[in-house]
Formats: sequence, C-alpha cells, structure tokens
Amino acid sequence: MTLAIPRFWREIQSRYNLIGTKCGSCGKVDFPPRAVCPVCGRKSIGKMQRFQLGGKGSVVTYTVIHDAPAQFEMQKPYVMAIIEMDEGVRLTSQLIDVKPEDVRIGMKVQASFRKLGQEGDAGVIHYGYKFRPAG
Amino acid sequence: MRDVAVIGVGETEFGELWDRSFRDLGIEAGLKAIQDAKLRSEDIDAVYIGNMSAGKFIDQEHVSALVADYSGLADMHLPTVRVEGGGACGAIALLQARLAIASGMHDIVVVGGAEKMTDVGEVQAAEILSSTADQEWESVFGATFAGLYAMMARRHMHEFGTTREQMAAVAVKNHKNGALNPEAQFQKEITIDAVLQAPWVAEPLGLFDCAPLSDGAAAVVLCEAQRARKFSDTPIRIAGSGQASDFLALHDRRDLTTLDATVIAGKRAFHEAKMMPKDVQVAEVHDNFTISEILAIEDLRFIEKGKGGPATAEGLTALNGKISVNTSGGLKARGQPVGATGVAQAVEIVRQLRGEAGKRQVVGARHGLTHTLGGTGATAVVHLFERGD
Ligand SMILES: [Zn+2]
Repeated sequence: MTLAIPRFWREIQSRYNLIGTKCGSCGKVDFPPRAVCPVCGRKSIGKMQRFQLGGKGSVVTYTVIHDAPAQFEMQKPYVMAIIEMDEGVRLTSQLIDVKPEDVRIGMKVQASFRKLGQEGDAGVIHYGYKFRPAG
Repeated sequence: MRDVAVIGVGETEFGELWDRSFRDLGIEAGLKAIQDAKLRSEDIDAVYIGNMSAGKFIDQEHVSALVADYSGLADMHLPTVRVEGGGACGAIALLQARLAIASGMHDIVVVGGAEKMTDVGEVQAAEILSSTADQEWESVFGATFAGLYAMMARRHMHEFGTTREQMAAVAVKNHKNGALNPEAQFQKEITIDAVLQAPWVAEPLGLFDCAPLSDGAAAVVLCEAQRARKFSDTPIRIAGSGQASDFLALHDRRDLTTLDATVIAGKRAFHEAKMMPKDVQVAEVHDNFTISEILAIEDLRFIEKGKGGPATAEGLTALNGKISVNTSGGLKARGQPVGATGVAQAVEIVRQLRGEAGKRQVVGARHGLTHTLGGTGATAVVHLFERGD
C-alpha cells in the first residue's frame, strides 16, 4: 500500500530525525511519539517531551523478505529487523549494507538516512531511516 | 447474563472460487445455518457479520445490510451489524451476538463471516492483509504480514531451539486433517520435505508455512439457551468468551514469542467457563502461519512455553492426540477467507461436539475452544463451547 502524501509528510520529523517522546513522569522513551505513556497512562498527559534517539541499537529478530509488496519489488530479497535502540525502545526497519546470511540476533546496528520507497513509477519519493551494521 | 447456545451451523466450501461472488457465499452459509437450526425467517432478531475488508477486496462496504438483503430478509428490517477487527472479526461478531442475546435484547441471532479475497491479485491481497499491522511504522518500511510472523518465528527458534521441521509438522498435520474435511481448500496430505523445500516467503517461513488466500463464508445461529432445545437436540452452549488487545505494532510488545492478547483472552474465557485447558479435547486455533499455531498452543496453556514445536512433531496435537488441534485443517488447509475464520472455527467445534465430524471426529469431545487473531496479535478472541447434555 502506498501512503498519501500528507500522511507521509506528517511523520517526517520522526522518520527523518528519529524523534520520539520521553515520559516526564517515569522517563520511558517511546518511538514514534506518543501522547500518553503506556506505563503511566493519564498521569503522563501533558508531560510527554520531545526526545531524539541516538540512532544506535541491536537486532532483536529479523527476516529476509522474498515476497514483497509492489513498492519494494525491486529491492527483494531484503532484510527486515526489529531493533532495540540503546534507549530501550524498539522499532522495525530494513537492514542494509549486510548480506542476509551475515545478519545475527544481537548484532550492533546504526541508523542511516535513505530512500524508503516511491509511489508509482514517477511518484513522490519517501525518505526515512534504515539501519546498517555499526562501524 | 442469559446462557447462549449454538443451534445451527453452515459453511461454504473454501478455496479460490472464481465463479462465486461475495453475495453467493454469504447467502449460502447463512441459509445452510438457518436450515440446520430449522428456523423460519421471522424467528430471527438480528444479523451480525464478520468481515475484514470487503471495501478493499471487492470495493463494497455496508455488507451487513447486503447479506441480510440477499438472504431474503430485507422485508424483516432486521438490525444488521458488520464487525471489523482484522482476522478476528468473525470471532468478535460471535462474541457481540452472544452479548446481545445474553443481555436480553435479542433471542435468536445469525452470525456470519465472509471474505472474497481472490478478486484482487496475490500481491494486492497480501498488502490488504498487512493493513492489519501498523501501516505507518511497520508496513511503510517494507515489513510484510508474513515478515512480521517470520520475525516471531526467528525469535522462537533463537530462544527455545524450535526448528523449521517442527514448524513444518504443523502444516503436515493440518493438511492431514484437511484431507478428511470435504469443505477444505486443500484435501491433500503433504510431507515435511515438501514444506522445507517450498520457496521462501519471509525467512524462516516458506510458502507452505503460510495459509492460503481464500474465498468462503460460514455462519452459526445463536439462541437463548432455554429456547435452544426447541430447535436442536444437541444445542452447544457457549461456556465462556474472552477478548483482549495489545500494542498494534509487533515491536512494541512485551515479548516477541508470547502473544499476551491470546494469554489474556484465554484466561478470561477459561475463568468464565470455570474450565481448565486440560478440560478441552478439541481446539481450532489461528494458524495463519505455522509459527502461529505453536504460539497459540503455548499461550493457551495446552503445552508448556517453548515446547510447542516438539509437542507438534511428537503428535500431541494430532487428531485424537493429547488435544486435537485444527481438526478442520485450520486456516492452513481448510483455508483463510479472513472474515469467515472465527465463525468457521465455531462451525467445526460445534460439529465436533455434536459428534458430526465424520472421519475427523474427536472421540469423546465434550469441550471445545476457538482462538482467533487479528493482525499480528493486537487482537485475540477465545470462545469455549460445551455440549448441553
Ligand atoms: Zn511514563
């Protein structure tokens, strides 16, 4: 599925700069930003502060995608992973600059700003984070 | 709350049914269930429909009124409700219909589930399925629905030593059961080797680790339990129901090898039914991927955490094993018309508890369970059924 332009544009801050939130009540970091802390609930409303992730983390689990959506057809096979950031929060991202057979659980990775996809043949190009082995 | 029982069941064949429309399927299942319950149309108080995504699959919303209309009920002006909840929508529709009767608002409700998935291409169908995951923070980065389950499988292999062969044993077992089900999409046995050698979809899941795209529909008739005897010699009582939700995105969950929504929905259902997992002889669980069945039998406490792979390989979940799981063939072999899933599972359990499951009958089945997932486990629903006598 492709996302409409405003829908993508709204999330640019987070997708370009890894902006999440930190709960002013318990200190938990969330990504993407949340208006309510999943731990503190109502107590956290109005206390969620903007927080930028450092971009470093490690692989918790991964897969190599062979059946891809149309938008990713040209990239297959490609590696997707769930990454635990050093701040404790997890996210889902593509892993690049690594052979699928060399990916390991626990591997250290870092964020990299890349093209994510494109709408149609001459459509709008979306950018955001991918991760590569930490150098 | 009033007791509620199932007094009628019906389903279509499942498969790539190119000559059958959504309407044809919904009507066939509904009429079969109504006939099975020996109802007259004026007995029906309401119609509930589980449907995941008719808007995307066939460009038709408002399917609740549509199904009632084409089932010949338009003149009755019945209230109709369409429920959405990813793959769990049919099971949620069943729960909501049960509540409507339990509350005293209705006495007899027809619950249908239907999906017509093969009017779109395979790539598009896969994309529609993945819209039950987090579009903004999973799918847009390239995570497919199969890919998300594959990441659970990888983690389960890492933590518990689960093997691809053990996952393949789920597919082999469910195909073996499906071969005994005349309504199943695949009525052919497969081998472990065939599963292992199938092309990759998302490593470590291959093509035969994944349930197919299907067309099909199922329906049950629910009735207030006191009246149920008027319609059925073997009403099947709904003894307990539980529903739970969780973080939408897989990466936000507490644990990648446990679906907390399943654990909690299961506890709620068992608590209400005053039953234990060991009381259940037959279960239909959500095996949209082979790993999903392994997680389900663990999270429902049929099998110890981490042992779901070996337990399956050893035959504990085979037909007439310690607990018979997915006797219909499951989503894997019976087929996966998404909206129909939760209702079709109930149809199979009712047939088992009535003793009408033919060659795949579980001997002495008195208590049965259905387990249905939405998305990658952000919704789970569990129903427990028992013979009324
Ligand atoms: Zn907090």
